[in-house]
Amino acid sequence: MNQEAWTLLFLPLITAVVCQFILRKSFITPLASTASALITLVLAISLLGREGTLSFDWATIGDFKLSIGIHLDKLSTGMMVVVTGIGTLVHIFSLAYMDQDEAKGRYFTGLAFFMFSMTGIVLASNFIMTFIFWELVGFSSYLLIGHWYQKASAADAAKKAFLCNRVGDFGFMIGILMLWGITGTLAFGEMEVSPAVSTATLSAAILCIFCGAIGKSAQLPLHVWLPDAMEGPTPVSALIHAATMVAAGVYMLFRVQLSLGAEVFHGLQASVVIAWTGGITALVAALMAIQQDDIKKILAYSTLSQLGYMVMAVGLVAGEAGMFHLYTHAWFKALLFLGSGAVIYSCHHEQDIWKMGGLWKKLPITTACFGAGFLALIAIPFTSGFFSKEQILEAAHHEQPVLFWIAVFVAVLTPFYMTRLFLIAFMGKPRAHGAEEAREVSPVMWVPLAILATLALISGYPFIAEQIAPAYLKPHHLIHLGFTTYVSIGAVLAGIAAGFALYFGKDKDPLDIPLLRNKFYIDDIYDKFIVRYFQDTFAALIHFFDELFINGLAVGGLSRASVSVGNFFRRVQSGNLQAYSYAFGLGVVLVIYFTVFR
Amino acid sequence: MLALLVFLPILAFIAILLGAPARLTAIGAAAANLALGIYAAATWQCDCWSFSIPVLAKPAMNLAFGMPDGMSVIMILLTVIVTLAAVLSGSAPAGKEKLYFGSSLLISAGALGAFAATDLFFFFAFHELALIPTFLMIGMLGRGERKQAAWKITIYLGLGSIILLAGLVWIANSFGTLDMGEMLASSTTIDAASQKSIAALLLVGFGTLVSLFPFHSWAAPAYASAPAPTAMLHAGVLKKFGLYGLLRIALPLVPDGLHAWLVPLLVLLVGNILWVGLVTISQKRLDSMLGSSSVMHMGYIFLAIAAVIAVPGNEIGQPAAVLLMFAHGISIALLFGLADRIERNTGSIDLDDLGGLAKSAPKLAFIFGIGAMASIGLPGLANFSGEILVFLSAFKNYDPAAGLGPVQIACILAVWGVVISAVYMLRAYRNIFQGPAVESTESASDITLTDRIPAVLLILALLAVGLYPNLLLNLLQ
Repeated sequence: MNQEAWTLLFLPLITAVVCQFILRKSFITPLASTASALITLVLAISLLGREGTLSFDWATIGDFKLSIGIHLDKLSTGMMVVVTGIGTLVHIFSLAYMDQDEAKGRYFTGLAFFMFSMTGIVLASNFIMTFIFWELVGFSSYLLIGHWYQKASAADAAKKAFLCNRVGDFGFMIGILMLWGITGTLAFGEMEVSPAVSTATLSAAILCIFCGAIGKSAQLPLHVWLPDAMEGPTPVSALIHAATMVAAGVYMLFRVQLSLGAEVFHGLQASVVIAWTGGITALVAALMAIQQDDIKKILAYSTLSQLGYMVMAVGLVAGEAGMFHLYTHAWFKALLFLGSGAVIYSCHHEQDIWKMGGLWKKLPITTACFGAGFLALIAIPFTSGFFSKEQILEAAHHEQPVLFWIAVFVAVLTPFYMTRLFLIAFMGKPRAHGAEEAREVSPVMWVPLAILATLALISGYPFIAEQIAPAYLKPHHLIHLGFTTYVSIGAVLAGIAAGFALYFGKDKDPLDIPLLRNKFYIDDIYDKFIVRYFQDTFAALIHFFDELFINGLAVGGLSRASVSVGNFFRRVQSGNLQAYSYAFGLGVVLVIYFTVFR
Repeated sequence: MLALLVFLPILAFIAILLGAPARLTAIGAAAANLALGIYAAATWQCDCWSFSIPVLAKPAMNLAFGMPDGMSVIMILLTVIVTLAAVLSGSAPAGKEKLYFGSSLLISAGALGAFAATDLFFFFAFHELALIPTFLMIGMLGRGERKQAAWKITIYLGLGSIILLAGLVWIANSFGTLDMGEMLASSTTIDAASQKSIAALLLVGFGTLVSLFPFHSWAAPAYASAPAPTAMLHAGVLKKFGLYGLLRIALPLVPDGLHAWLVPLLVLLVGNILWVGLVTISQKRLDSMLGSSSVMHMGYIFLAIAAVIAVPGNEIGQPAAVLLMFAHGISIALLFGLADRIERNTGSIDLDDLGGLAKSAPKLAFIFGIGAMASIGLPGLANFSGEILVFLSAFKNYDPAAGLGPVQIACILAVWGVVISAVYMLRAYRNIFQGPAVESTESASDITLTDRIPAVLLILALLAVGLYPNLLLNLLQ
């Protein structure tokens, strides 16, 4: 077990290093990276069901130790299968998608490095290790978003993603430190909350930790980086910005919930805040998705919204439901992104859905696969998304009726904007040259789509979910027909009907809601107000005061006094050194006086 | 043996004055010193390294060197690594080779002497020895407003040194010896009132040398106009003398005195991180930005020192500070060296004049990226291991039942600095290397193999300590 686990963690790193420094631009680099992903998938499957902790000391100070460790349990091994599974498929898809890119060596090196970082988060046995790999995934995401760094928009998006994550990590770091004080340990396996700690302190610590998840899982108000991250190559969006990295926040929260014990979270103020943040993100992001025209942006907002569901579930202390949704969502959202990648690829890099149309005739396989993802995302009964969303809705219904109704409303919006996307992009007639000339993609691209499509349909059933879903509670009945089921099926049908009514056979958008189109102006507020006016102006002001008071008056006074002394010596010779030797000489005299003549 | 380490650069300096080829002699001496330094680090517990010759009989003053603990070893390692990188990166203006390389060697010798000295007088004197060539280099070979910058740093560090000297003399008087080992072993304790005054003198004295807020204004202009090797050696190595002094002398000898100044120190170090951090954001030139950033990062090391001041039994604080001193020294030297390279290859250092350099100079972009990421605190590079230990040291004695103490509150404010450094570093990287190419960068040449050597040397040090901090921490056990 030890060797397999350590190989699982370090193989991608070794691959990345070899690719970066030895293989470089060689044609082997993409293959090496893909092979590494495939091997880690095999290793991850072989580790399913294993339990245990391995570690070595990384920083030792007396009795205090920081270690790099691997914690194997159902949660981490299941999550590894998801990460490496999607990682492998994305690698294969990328072989064709990035074939013409002149920097594909750098791209695949980045992917391997990402796989290493993500594996680290999943397997981490303690909080410091989580933080280490947390930062590293942020970095690999920065690299891959900025893959086409010469494009100003891509470079800016990469920077924005890194900074938003950093803001979240500010809280995360403080949360880790506080929780260390509260539990006396950093290891997940040993955490226990002493009863002497007030719930307010505990709430504060957990909320700080939640800040990390807000950044990484792009929850309101730090969600702004995720739609911009679509500047990266589309397979990257599928792997990092839909299926794995952005889910790390949910994974980490659930890990904390498991370590501290779910009972600690019941009735905690922090849980309420987490649940509401998730619910509001789900709602706001779904509203934004309605008015987007870029196929990837629609999917990006949809990801935000689904992540909101998961976070809400964790806040409702129904982490298993959240993790189950994370698991089904990973497959179908990776599918949708890769599918959109196939569409973009065959339409000559067109991303505007209004310039597509009629693709089902040109791209039958891609359309069928995308369709499967579409059905799973909108939670049509008997697809994977239906089972997992059902669990979240049930938890919400049980705990918090207002959130339940918000979640139901999101369940109407999701089929609405997805029906819009599907009708406009795939149905009707081609509306642009690119769409007319589109041709079905090669098997290297559609085989991964087909595998994901199968999983999107069946991964929710117990026979498979019990094996690989990271945290799965087998229901007593496959479908428990009850109030929530009726409401959610009704919501889906209503959403589809509204989508059809508005968008069937349309060539341009009948809706125009500037507030949603401009994403509630949140990006503008950040960019213009917070960054430009607040941060930059404030920084300039501080700089001014620094020059004026600290440099100008306080020190200026000093230096004016010294200048007159110095001027005297400057006349003797060039000033600086003389003035200095004077000071130095005075010092030596003082030493001699005090020590010898005293 | 340690004397050899200290005097080798001085001998090389003399050889250069006598006409030996400046660059080659400097590189040779620095390389020999690196080998010697690594050997010393591997065998530091051996008595063979200590060295002592009497200079004065009464009071007993010895020219004495030794490595009383791993902290000296690590500082010596830092010095020899940065020295070699500095002389390798430097390119002297024609006709000034003697001054240029000779001064670099003298700065190195001064730093080595200060870190190895076990006698209070020579501890102080060697640092002063290193300052003189620093001033000369800035004043004579600097760029921009070099006279003003040199003048300012001279006044500041000169005054700082005098204040420091007063504190050191007071300590020497109280213990009746100049030998630092004897002071530590002595049973004498200084009374509370004197401790408080001595601590104030040492904090201001050492603090000025380390650019503790608000005594920091000398740093940015001085580093911006200093020639590359001087900026690398001063910001990377010599500046750490003040922190080393606080850890070596102030913390063990006047703990109660320092404790009385804990809250003011916390306020000042937060000033370093937040106030100077914001100043850094608004810097428009890469060299001034790096200068300000190095001032800012000193705040974290002060935080670790403050954590030990607050609770003397805090065993994480000192190793955290030492690790971060090492990491910062290496990373800032790397960045100053590369900034010089960028300016030579593109003709500009102004952040608004550059862009897209990664296209024409991909290797430079890669190496600078590592330096920038190290300075942001990316795990896997040394600075992260230092910073995380600093934060942990501040929370070592956090009692959740009692609430946040002053050190924890300062730490929380300090953690915001992690966001600030990402803001300015990524902005600089974005403006210099990414985006569309501009006139100055379109046909800029990439970094040559010869120039890559010092960079790779520094990166290896960053990686080694970043990937496995126990490499250095084991020396501190």
